[in-house]
Amino acid sequence: MEKSIQVKELKKSFKQHQVLKSVTFDVGKGSIFALLGSNGAGKTTIVKILATLLKPDGGNAAVNNFDVTAKSEKVRQSISLTGQFAAVDEILTGRENLIMIARLRHLKNSRQVADDLLNRFGLVDAADRRASTYSGGMRRRLDIAMSLVGKPRLIFLDEPTTGLDPEARIEVWNVVKELANSGTTVFLTTQYLEEAEQLADQIAILHEGRIIVSGTLEELKKRFPPAKVEYIEKQPSLEEIFLAIIGKKEEK
Amino acid sequence: METVKNHFLGDIGVMLGSSMRHITRSMDTIITVTIMPIAFMLLFVYVFGGAIQTGTDDYVNYLLPGILLIAIATGTSYTAYRLFMDMQRGIFERFKSMSIARSATLWGHVLTSLVSNAISVAVIILVALVMGFRSSAGVLSWLAIAGILALFTLALTWTAVIVGLSAKSVDGASAFSYPIVFLPFISSAFVPTESMPPAVRAFAENQPMTAIVDAIRALLSGQTVGNDLWVALAWCIGIMLVAYIFAMRAYKKRV
Repeated sequence: MEKSIQVKELKKSFKQHQVLKSVTFDVGKGSIFALLGSNGAGKTTIVKILATLLKPDGGNAAVNNFDVTAKSEKVRQSISLTGQFAAVDEILTGRENLIMIARLRHLKNSRQVADDLLNRFGLVDAADRRASTYSGGMRRRLDIAMSLVGKPRLIFLDEPTTGLDPEARIEVWNVVKELANSGTTVFLTTQYLEEAEQLADQIAILHEGRIIVSGTLEELKKRFPPAKVEYIEKQPSLEEIFLAIIGKKEEK
Repeated sequence: METVKNHFLGDIGVMLGSSMRHITRSMDTIITVTIMPIAFMLLFVYVFGGAIQTGTDDYVNYLLPGILLIAIATGTSYTAYRLFMDMQRGIFERFKSMSIARSATLWGHVLTSLVSNAISVAVIILVALVMGFRSSAGVLSWLAIAGILALFTLALTWTAVIVGLSAKSVDGASAFSYPIVFLPFISSAFVPTESMPPAVRAFAENQPMTAIVDAIRALLSGQTVGNDLWVALAWCIGIMLVAYIFAMRAYKKRV
């Protein structure tokens, strides 16, 4: 299988603190890869190194077959980063944000690209409102839409649903699933196990500077505590109750 | 690298466009920037002015150059502020992870500063005209004044870029202009330096504001400018180059 990301023995320290001791993993092309880890485990550090924002201290990392330090320009041309905080310009409208990115990606038909993405992400009605008036979920959708301008082969989503309400989280999940269906590789970091379970083809757990396990969900399930058969009453979770009450609230 | 270079100006254009929208959509920043210098102008002309002996008939004419410098110093602190805010938000990281000319982000901010300060300067000159400011300067002199003010803006803006890039808090980012706003007071901007005690006078006569103020004042009143112009230009260009080098260094560190 072709690889979108190959990381071998990656190391990174901040002053005395060794965040990444030796990180090794591969991400298959067109898959959704979830990197799990608690806060401060170094997930964002890995994303920043792969997105050429940080230089590693040791080891190798290649993105779309380009080395992140030697060929950083090539890497930047083939990826998109959606950081932890929605990277939208709040003073600009949704449409203007998309057009701005399309121009910076040097696309010729930036208006058309913006229109298509507004359509695809259900933001047509809000297109000409300033992003500061958007809800958290809409802002995230715009953010991801901005990352898709120019059809990058690989997109990084760093904790895309942190701070979102349950509905918005499901919106984002749907977007991510759709992305993977269209052939884009998605590198996702999250601290929500459920999110990884819902979305990922491949899961890796980062702990104390190393990837301690990785594989498909099925593989992980096989390797870890054997399934027990228990009979329990299925109570709805609070999330299910919340969503049932709210129903399909009209999206604006 | 080829592709990057080819797009450098285009990228700056896009950055300038979006950051200009920030200014046109929050015109209150222009008001915030101009209100203090205008207040100073009113205060000095109508309250203190009567007691100040400058040897000219019209104190507004005497005062205006210093007021413009104060306005620009205040205005450039917004560059530090906006840059700092950009870095706090994810948008800066997004730009950095894209294949765009790396310094385009900075140039966008710097050009925006130039445009917004030009607007502030125009507003203040209009107010001064209402207050009785008159100038015998010709087109060439006005162009020279615009040039000096533009260089002064660039010098302070690149300094503001260093501050914006290395500040730890919003307050830190916007506080840098205070000492610069204060400098014109210890110069020939409000009173002739001859009236100051020797030590203060020595400082006043050798700091950049005096040369810049004197050069602009001479140009406005249609007198021969002499040495002040070259001293003023040397200061502006010198500060600009040094600040530019350090700003780029600070930027590379962040990238």
